[in-house]
Amino acid sequence: MKCIIIDDELMSRAIITELITTRTTFTLAAEFDSAIQAIKYLNKKKVDLIFLDIHMPDFNGFDFIDTLKDKVNIVLVTSDKEFAINAFEYHNVVDYLVKPITKERFDKTIQKIAILNNAIVTTKKLTQEKISDIVEPSFYINIGKRLIKIDANSILYFQAKGDYVAIKTENNNYTVHNSLKKIESKLPIGMFFKSHRSYMININKIIDIEENTVLIGKDVLPVSRRNRPELMKNLKLL
Amino acid sequence: MEEPNLNYILKLSAKSVTFKEKIIGIIKNELPVEADAYYRCLRFNKIKEASECVHKIKHKISIYGMENSFYIAQEYENNLREGNLALQKEFEETLFIIRNFTNQL
Repeated sequence: MKCIIIDDELMSRAIITELITTRTTFTLAAEFDSAIQAIKYLNKKKVDLIFLDIHMPDFNGFDFIDTLKDKVNIVLVTSDKEFAINAFEYHNVVDYLVKPITKERFDKTIQKIAILNNAIVTTKKLTQEKISDIVEPSFYINIGKRLIKIDANSILYFQAKGDYVAIKTENNNYTVHNSLKKIESKLPIGMFFKSHRSYMININKIIDIEENTVLIGKDVLPVSRRNRPELMKNLKLL
Repeated sequence: MEEPNLNYILKLSAKSVTFKEKIIGIIKNELPVEADAYYRCLRFNKIKEASECVHKIKHKISIYGMENSFYIAQEYENNLREGNLALQKEFEETLFIIRNFTNQL
């Protein structure tokens, strides 16, 4: 995630920079001591997140938000708690940090951004997914020099095997050079569940669940203790 | 009277000596300039501009962990914005203390 800092105080910028670099994987693209400079920068480049001081001379943080064309997530930073009420008037303000910023409070902001980002990604995935994919989900796999179409509904489960993934369908078994993580990102949302580090199962194909195992087809597959509660949430229990 | 401390800076810097020195360096550079600007504004009766100086100094007071003094500075900043000098004495006492503390770092 690419972010910038806008704050007229050097000390504040140094503190936020330290927190970003030591406690997140974010890339700090630039820092500015005036909102005007930041506007010029944003006219040319895109960022995902802005740490924005409200109290700045000439052009304050709220004036700056009003000039933004693109929707960028903003974390307001200020020593004036009373500004918090105004912050809620702006839909792109995701959090509000009061100076001096503590590590603990900063971490909460980062968690909030992570949750929000996941929600956005999921929504984007849903809107981008073709109607045909939802009605009849399918994809192609590369076996040798052939591309084979597989109906997602026919898949029982995926099993990670080193650099390869075994795909077990109702009628065939395939092995592809890929990772579960990459495959997971291309599957229809809600149909498959990563039950274990090495297994991703088709929820609709579960015949039986007993303790930390599931029966799919004729195979008994493991369910990790950590993932079991999430799996149970995904099942329609009477 | 509240005493300044480096607890916040030390906690934030963890084991990074560089970061600690950086922050202290910034305060050492900026505080005298901001304090001078504050007194100059008052001398020339630029009360609203003085509130901007107090705003910047206020952040340094909070960095030094002086919670009560921070609230006094905040109140004083608000007073100055309205052209009122109430709490001037209390704020300037804090300013004197943090300047001395900073000089000894």
